[in-house]
Amino acid sequence: MAGTGTAHLRDGDVVLRVDDLVVEFPMGRHATVSAVAGVSFDVLRGETLGIVGESGCGKSTTGRAIMQITAPTSGTVSFEGTDLTSLSYSDLREARTKIQMIFQDPISSLNPRRKVRDSVKDPLDIWQRGSEAQRIELVNSILEQVGIDPERAAESRPHQFSGGQCQRISIARALVLDPTLIICDEPVSALDVSVQAQVLNLLEDLKQQYGLTLIFIAHDLAVVKNISDRVAVMYLGKLCEVASSDDLYGRPAHPYTNVLVESIPIPDPELAVAGTTITGEPPSPVNPPSGCRFHPRCPYADDICSRTEPTMRSIGDGHFVACHHPLVTPVSIA
Amino acid sequence: MTVRLQTEGRVSEGTLLEIADVKTHFRTERGLVRAVDGVTFSLERGKALGIVGESGSGKTVLSRTIMGLLPSTAVLSGSVRFAGQEILGLDARQMRHLWGSEMSMVFQNPMVSLNPLMKIGKQIIEPLQIHLGMDKTNAVATAERLLRDVRIPEPEKRLGQFPHELSGGMRQRVMIAIALACGPTLLFADEPTTALDVTVQAQILELIGEQRKDRNMSVILVTHDLGVVAGHTDEIAVMYGGRLVEKAPTRELFANMKMPYTKSLMRSIPKLEDPSHTRLLTIPGRPPDLVNPPKGCRFAPRCAYAREKCVQHEPPLIVSDTSSEHFYACWYPVGSPEFEERDVEIMTNVGVGGSA
Repeated sequence: MAGTGTAHLRDGDVVLRVDDLVVEFPMGRHATVSAVAGVSFDVLRGETLGIVGESGCGKSTTGRAIMQITAPTSGTVSFEGTDLTSLSYSDLREARTKIQMIFQDPISSLNPRRKVRDSVKDPLDIWQRGSEAQRIELVNSILEQVGIDPERAAESRPHQFSGGQCQRISIARALVLDPTLIICDEPVSALDVSVQAQVLNLLEDLKQQYGLTLIFIAHDLAVVKNISDRVAVMYLGKLCEVASSDDLYGRPAHPYTNVLVESIPIPDPELAVAGTTITGEPPSPVNPPSGCRFHPRCPYADDICSRTEPTMRSIGDGHFVACHHPLVTPVSIA
Repeated sequence: MTVRLQTEGRVSEGTLLEIADVKTHFRTERGLVRAVDGVTFSLERGKALGIVGESGSGKTVLSRTIMGLLPSTAVLSGSVRFAGQEILGLDARQMRHLWGSEMSMVFQNPMVSLNPLMKIGKQIIEPLQIHLGMDKTNAVATAERLLRDVRIPEPEKRLGQFPHELSGGMRQRVMIAIALACGPTLLFADEPTTALDVTVQAQILELIGEQRKDRNMSVILVTHDLGVVAGHTDEIAVMYGGRLVEKAPTRELFANMKMPYTKSLMRSIPKLEDPSHTRLLTIPGRPPDLVNPPKGCRFAPRCAYAREKCVQHEPPLIVSDTSSEHFYACWYPVGSPEFEERDVEIMTNVGVGGSA
């Protein structure tokens, strides 16, 4: 896997299109970390795109590069037709009101010294939306929708809420500017399963209600499958496979996706026999392997995998894989 | 009092650990926090027990109570018998004879648990010299063998490296090697794979399982993840609000869950076999405040199946009709007419109710 190519990109009502995104970080005098290495994908209006992969695969960097929090080294990020990488700072700020982000650690993503309702109201104050009374009314109604008592939020600071509640507050803050796209970076990984389910259901409800488009970044495949319409699997800065979430789990075509699916501990002792596991860990992105970046750990790898990087090919039904030896036979497209 | 256990006195089969009515309370400004509030169970030699619960259920405090790793502010009562000997409340000086050689622990975060300024080798060799009285040459050879046991490539080279030079998975293997160094009979693994990627998690859990078999060691696996315990334990204890609420052999538990809490936890996990956008069942609210726990069943305020009796009276731990080794604490368990009646309503309302 670990391939390039754009065969998987679509026409239609595309909200976000990321083209050949590269993010490199300098490391010492001669080395660079190749965190994202030529990734392309798109998100249609109203769709939830899941991005899944192990730590170091570049999924969070991709999310940050879309927002231009981390400047991409090359490539374009086109949001509703505008290339965010080419905008001036003030235009970028304006554009970012339409893209919001929710982070993994809900407690540290809120200012500990401020009352939480003020934190949620901040974006409205910064952009001078409506009168003070209107702002408070809007903030209160959004807080109620995410299940937080506005009165309490007006009086309390983040440490007085649980992790799940802080995540709801972060979601409320992301919603106040009425964004088009929300990028959720591991929003439920720090939560207990019972609370995780509450937050996932909440995101689904809000998505319907506000007509949101979501990018959901996580390492937990079952969580990603639950919330996503389409899933992109990343490995060491590259895309391996893109498909509708049911199809991806139904017939994983990339050996790496297959390993990820098989590695998930199943809460059923009758089924919990170890499936395909792989040895080793992802290699360093400082000196990524040649050819397909997954080849050193891949059970199916041969010569071509170490020499030539695979590109995205269709295996039908909007399912694409970047692999020389996919587990599902590619279809030839005219 | 001496607690040095002779090798010949070790339990090679039968009960290794027996805890009875263990209570661990902490004095705080807000009042007494009843973190563990009367837990009883026993564990056989060579068996793996999973302790499952949400954050704040008391699972970590319980394992630290058994290990004797609590601050002096903890107020302890009850009994912890290890290999027939009472060890609850022993001080660090006395416990030191047990740590490493009889019981040891693998923690969640391998970066924080290893000394960043000390080479890997020294961190493994030191306990071998101190606990087992090995000379240096012998200890180095043993350390290499241990690293090989936990599948670390090039062990000779690793001994001279610092923790930051290793990946997260490798560091966790080093932690396991250190924990195994003195041949403990009981290994605590407290969320050992939570900080790791899924592919590495599978490797580490398998490694712990293999070492358990090879060494006839007992393992207590503390986790919030029912998926992790399902494949890697013989028995499971579910904790809630400082209490043991259900305990059974693993297969029995998954086949015949009795506690609505366990069932609800199960149902809140997104499952790969379900189609995407499947509505998840949630547990509303959050775990109880352990300064003022609810007077009846501690789960009652969050339980969709609770009735008046649950709020008023705390249910005792009773034996299940499905297995004599299966215990649960509930007035209206899964399968009872009261539960089923309510469950039909809940399942038909999925997608309407849910988040709180």
